[in-house]
Amino acid sequence: MSKDAKSVTRPKLVKTEPDAELPLERALLVKIHDLMVKARVLEERLIQMYKQGHGYFWIGGPGEEAFNVPLGLLMKPGEGPAFDYLHAHYRQSATLLAMGEPPIGALRQMKNVATDPYSGGRNFAGHFAIKKWNVVPVSSPIEVQYAMAPGTALAQKRHGGDGITVVTGGDAGTAEGDFATCLIWSTRPGNELPVLVVVTHNQWGISTAAATQQANPDIAERGKAFGMRTRTIDGNDPINAYLELKEAFDYVRKERKPFLLEAKVSRLYGHSSASGANFVTAEVDCVKSYEERLERAGVLTRAEMDGVRRHWTDTIAQAARTVRDEPQPAPETIWDHIFKEKG
Amino acid sequence: MANMAQAIRMALHYAEENLGVTDIFGEDVGPPLGGVFTATQGLKTAWNSPLDERGIIGTAMGLAMAGQRPVAEIQFCDYIYNVIDLLKLAGNTYWASNGQFNLPMVVKTPVGSGIRGSIYHSHSFDATATHIPGWKVVMPSNPLDAYGLMISACRELNPVMYLEPKALLRIRGEQPIPGEPGDDKALSKMIDAPLGDRTKWKPKWPALTDYAVPIGEAKIVRPGSHLTVVSYGRTLPLCVKAAKAAAEEEQIDCEVIDLRSLWPYDWACLKASIQKTGRVLYVNEDTEVTNFGEHLIRRTTDELFYQLLAPPTLLAGKFIPGIGLADNLEMASVPQLNDIRESIRKLAAEAP
Repeated sequence: MSKDAKSVTRPKLVKTEPDAELPLERALLVKIHDLMVKARVLEERLIQMYKQGHGYFWIGGPGEEAFNVPLGLLMKPGEGPAFDYLHAHYRQSATLLAMGEPPIGALRQMKNVATDPYSGGRNFAGHFAIKKWNVVPVSSPIEVQYAMAPGTALAQKRHGGDGITVVTGGDAGTAEGDFATCLIWSTRPGNELPVLVVVTHNQWGISTAAATQQANPDIAERGKAFGMRTRTIDGNDPINAYLELKEAFDYVRKERKPFLLEAKVSRLYGHSSASGANFVTAEVDCVKSYEERLERAGVLTRAEMDGVRRHWTDTIAQAARTVRDEPQPAPETIWDHIFKEKG
Repeated sequence: MANMAQAIRMALHYAEENLGVTDIFGEDVGPPLGGVFTATQGLKTAWNSPLDERGIIGTAMGLAMAGQRPVAEIQFCDYIYNVIDLLKLAGNTYWASNGQFNLPMVVKTPVGSGIRGSIYHSHSFDATATHIPGWKVVMPSNPLDAYGLMISACRELNPVMYLEPKALLRIRGEQPIPGEPGDDKALSKMIDAPLGDRTKWKPKWPALTDYAVPIGEAKIVRPGSHLTVVSYGRTLPLCVKAAKAAAEEEQIDCEVIDLRSLWPYDWACLKASIQKTGRVLYVNEDTEVTNFGEHLIRRTTDELFYQLLAPPTLLAGKFIPGIGLADNLEMASVPQLNDIRESIRKLAAEAP
C-alpha cells in the first residue's frame, strides 16, 4: 500500500451475519455473485455461438468478472458530463451487465444481426456503445481509449458535479504511447482531471507473456512519476475489488483528480477465438473461488448457486434462440450514419 | 484586407462567441504565441497542449463526445501522421456506433509548400485526408473563403479537416471579411498581438457576422470556355494567373474552379464545366500517386468520357519522399506557375 493510500479514509466495512469475515452486506455479496455468473454464462454462450458458426469472431472478458462487476456497480450511468463516461476495452461485458444492460444485446452483436444495439451488425462481440449511459464506442485498437479519456474528463471538470471518466485497458496495451498520453494529459498542473485509469493485468498480450516485455511487473508504478494516486490490487477477489474500486471512485469523484488502478486478473479462455477460446485451468477462476468463499461463509448454498447458474443458462439460451432468427442488416445500410445530418 | 491567418482568427472568435466552440487548442495555440502562424491569437478559449499529437486528437474526440465543440490544431500536417488511426477512429465512430456518437470537431492544420519548409514543413495532406471516410475536408485559397469555411466547419455535426495552405496564410484578400475595418493597419492594431510583453494585451474584435461558405460548394473564380482548371489551396491563385496569361498570350480561355471542399465535393459544378469545355486539368501539390486528382480523373472518365476532347490531366507534386530545402529542389517538386501554363498549353493542343 502506498503512503498516500494509507492516509485516506477507508470505506466503512459493514460486518454482517452469519459470516463476519466477509466485509460487504449480504445483499451486495449475492448481487455480485449473480452478476458474475450471469456474465460468465453470457461469455460462454458467446463462445459457443462462435463455435457453432453463429458469429465470426469472439473476444470478451471471462476471468475478469470479479473486477468488472464491481466496476459496473460503482458507475453512475446516465448521459452527459454529469454522469460517468466509460471508455472500455473489449473485455468489459460484466461491467455492462452490472450497469444494467440486458445480455441479449451482446448476443445480437455476436450474431451481427440488424438489431445489434451497439453497432447494427457492424462490429465484433464486446464492442459496446451506449449513448444514453456515456458508454463510448469500444474499438478494436487496444490503446486509443486512453487518448480519448482526457477529453470527456476535461468536459466533466468544467461541468462540475461528481461525474468522472473511467478508462480501461489491458497490460499489453500500456506499451502504446496512448497510455502515457493519458497520464500526461490527466495530470497537467492546475488541470488535473477526474479520470479513473484502469489497467486489467492478465499477464498476456495474445501469446506474449508480459514478463518478457515490460520490466516493471506493476504498471501502476508508472503513475507515481506523474504524482498520481496509484494502486495495484488482486482483481480476482470481488470483495477486495469492490472495496478498492469504491475508494478509487470516491477519491476521483471528490478530489477531481486522476487515480491509476491496476487489477491483476485471469484470462480464462485465451485472447479470443483466434487462439481457440478454450478454457485454461492454470489460472484462478474468480467465479469458482468466490463461490467456495460464499459457501464457506454460509452466504449461499451450493444448491442455490447452481440454481443461479441454471437460471442464467436458461435465460441466455432463450435469448440466443430469439437472436438466431433475427435478420442480418440490409446491404444498403452500409450508407447509413456516415455523416450526421441534423442536430 | 485581412490576411488568411487573421481571417481564420476572426472566424474562430465569431465561433467561440456564437457557435458554441469551447476549446481551440494544440501546440503553442494559446498565449503568448497564439499559433505559429498567429491564427489563434487573442482567442478566449485558446490553450496550449502538451507536445503530443495523439493527445490532441484523442482529447478533441473525447470533448466532442461530451458535448463540447473543439477546434484542435496539428501544428504542421507533417506531424499528423502519427494520429492517422485516431483520424480513422474519429471518422468511423458515428458509423461504428450505428448512429449514436457523432463527433462535432474541427482539426485545422497548415499544409503544403511555399515557405521553404524542407522535409517536415512542406508536406500536403489532401490525398491522405480524402482517404479517410467520415470526415469532411475543406481547403480555402483566400481569406474570405477561409473565414466562411471555418464558420461552416464550426457548425458541423461531424469531424471536419480544415487544411490551411501555409503559403497563403500571410496573403491579403481581395474581398473584405464582412465587418472588418477598411484599413489594414487599423485591423492589425485591433487584433494582432503586439511584440514583446503580451500579458496585458487584449484584442478589440470588429463586429463580425456569420458569413459562411457551405461545405461542398465549389466556386468558379474565372469563367471560360476552352478548358477547365480545377484546383484548391496554394495552387489555386497560380491557376488564376496562368489562366490570365493563357488568355492574353495564347487566346486560351480557361474556366478556373476553386474546389474549396474536397469531401464532399461539388461534382455538379465540375461536371457542368467539363461538359462545356471538354478539357480538364486538375492541379494540386500533393504527391501524384493515389492523389485526390486521380479520383477526379476517374470520375471524369467514368461519367464524361464521350464528351471529352482531351485526356483529363493531373498536375501534382512529384512522387518523391520529401520536398528538399533548396529553392531549386522545392520548385522542382511541386507545381509552379510555369508548370501550370505548360499543362494548359499541352491540354489545349490536344485534338480528338
